[in-house]
Amino acid sequence: MASTPGPEERGPDWEGVRLHVVSGKGGTGKTTLAAALALALAAEGGRTLLIEVEGRQGIAELFGIAALPYEERKVATVGRARLGLPAEPGAKQGELYALAIDTEQALLEYLEMFYKLGRAGKALQKVGFVDFATTVAPGVRDVLLTGKACEAARRKGPDGRRAYDAIVMDAPPTGRITRFLNVNSEVAGLARFGPIHNQAQAVMRVLKSPETAVHFVTLLEEMPVQETVDGIGELREAQLPLGGVMVNMVRPPLLDAAAVEAVHGDHREEVAQALGEAGLGGRSRKPETIRAAVEPLIDPLLEQAREHAERVELEREQRADLQQLKVPTYELPLLGEGVDLGGLYRLAGELKRQGAA
Amino acid sequence: MTTRLEIDALIDDPATRIVVCCGSGGVGKTTTAAAIGLRAAERGRKAVVLTIDPARRLAQSMGLTELDNTPRVVKGVEGPGELQAMMLDMKRTFDEVVLAHADPERAKAILENPFYQSLSAGFAGTQEYMAMEKLGQLRAADQWDLIVVDTPPSRSALDFLDAPGRLGSFLDGRVIRLLTAPAKVGGRSAMKFLNVGMGLLTGTLGKIFGAQLLTDIQTFVSAMDSMFGGFRERADRTYQLLKAPGTAFLVVAAPERDALREAAYFVDRLAADEMPLAGLVLNRVHSTGAAQLTAERALAAAEALEENGSQTATVQAETLAAGLLRLHAERMQIMGRERRTRDRFVSVYPDVPMVEVPALAGDVHDLAGLRTVGERLNAQHA
Repeated sequence: MASTPGPEERGPDWEGVRLHVVSGKGGTGKTTLAAALALALAAEGGRTLLIEVEGRQGIAELFGIAALPYEERKVATVGRARLGLPAEPGAKQGELYALAIDTEQALLEYLEMFYKLGRAGKALQKVGFVDFATTVAPGVRDVLLTGKACEAARRKGPDGRRAYDAIVMDAPPTGRITRFLNVNSEVAGLARFGPIHNQAQAVMRVLKSPETAVHFVTLLEEMPVQETVDGIGELREAQLPLGGVMVNMVRPPLLDAAAVEAVHGDHREEVAQALGEAGLGGRSRKPETIRAAVEPLIDPLLEQAREHAERVELEREQRADLQQLKVPTYELPLLGEGVDLGGLYRLAGELKRQGAA
Repeated sequence: MTTRLEIDALIDDPATRIVVCCGSGGVGKTTTAAAIGLRAAERGRKAVVLTIDPARRLAQSMGLTELDNTPRVVKGVEGPGELQAMMLDMKRTFDEVVLAHADPERAKAILENPFYQSLSAGFAGTQEYMAMEKLGQLRAADQWDLIVVDTPPSRSALDFLDAPGRLGSFLDGRVIRLLTAPAKVGGRSAMKFLNVGMGLLTGTLGKIFGAQLLTDIQTFVSAMDSMFGGFRERADRTYQLLKAPGTAFLVVAAPERDALREAAYFVDRLAADEMPLAGLVLNRVHSTGAAQLTAERALAAAEALEENGSQTATVQAETLAAGLLRLHAERMQIMGRERRTRDRFVSVYPDVPMVEVPALAGDVHDLAGLRTVGERLNAQHA
């Protein structure tokens, strides 16, 4: 299918944001769009880190590579041309790195960094301490995960420059995102002072700063939109910085008008005639034969139009609900054959064109 | 060729007492559970549906306006049976377990402990554990002859099967034993095995958590100590209940790559745990009444209309007919894709009975909608 020529490329909406947190209801394509956003952010020649926190190895699957270890790895090189955008010849290529955070490793790394535990650290691991800590206080786990992302966002190389220009985090789903990010209040009841408390404070300062934006992925369906509206409400209440809404799997609108019209008024006869003349009556020239071949098609086709029109109407309602949120919205096309690498780059190009990166 | 999954036969069989709907998020699992409950009731069963986190309007369609953790009668059920429905309140369910197992004073201490509050509201697995706990309670109450359970939209597919064991092993864990009774364990023998001194360990914990936090944990753990046995026992009982005759698992999926991959994982996992799988419900399957017209021919005809026009039909009718043809081509392409995805699953799991449920244009908002889903779950279609 030919890609529809998009509107003019818009300037980036999130200048100054370093940490992009991507949430969304399950099944909306959260991981895919997080990866697409990370690619888009790297397209101007920067270096981006894509972080996965739920241990699902979704990134590896998306890029068709072996499971990622707990280590920052380069997974792609990307430039504007790859995203189907006009590019200067010889323009600098960007780099995408990926990291799958393993909670246990992160905790031990953290302990090592701050406490130099040595043998005691090993012992803690042996007695199942990590399990214990993250079970009895889920907030501790979240502090570790968000802490790692914040650390990467602020990390500087030996030359004093930032290690990454942007971090994209494939975060937990909409229903849990505010709780996940609001680590401060999560652990506040547990640790009123002490090292965990301090760590939570530090993480919270980054998360609440203008360097962070939390984006939501949704579909034009009722439940995902409702969850997005609720999720954004919670995020605003917690005073966490809201990003944009990415509407995924949007179908091309070209058929909408025809579908809607088809269900208003009786067009049966005209349609039958047009179908016959389009060659669907076979080779016969006899009107009865043509009619006999075309007739069984008409009702199913009109029924499909009715279903389509119903969906168009539902989508219109969902779009209206999203508009009320008054946040930047990006619409990504439905990729028929599922998302392969080509599709991923196409989505990245679309995000960039619409100003998400 | 796969066997057809007969939902009506399953819910009409008085020996079926529990139906568990599992599957990844976003495949219509909750709606399927509710529709099965309604259909069972309208066919004469006394059914109860336990939903975990229903969409607001789906909940409203069953008259569930508040989360009160008790089954309520659903009004508007047509037929001889009865339907009740409830939404799980995991914190309250946890509180009830505590209250059932501890004397009032100890229970109060537990409920007020910050660690309990964190655990009961957010332990990864609490929702799964409490869903199973609630299922056990409903079954024990024995007021219904069919219980339909929706499962939490777990990240890793069968968290709810693992949750009881996980909580059990957590509560039996060595850290807990060390924290509760360092004296009893003897400190020395346990520590000798670990090759570190007890002082070093608690010292380290104190350093990481802070002393106040460590005290809170110790208080919490010792208060919970008396209940551990009870927890384990209940978790084991529920797990056994799932394996018992009378329980049927339905794996719910959609004809998409990711959803079916999850479904495959569920099927494997259920088999590994010897859980009784009734079959696969494949939701949101597209169909057409004009399958004789291929996508290619439809597109060719649409192009012919757009380019050449017709002799007699108006321009408006041409555009309309071309639009209908393109819509049909899109539908045929979707169907082709769905069939390929489905066939891949079937080739690996030819023995799993399956029913395909046609896609609805919109979401379900009322009992009539649920009834339609119930009919589609049973209607024959190509």
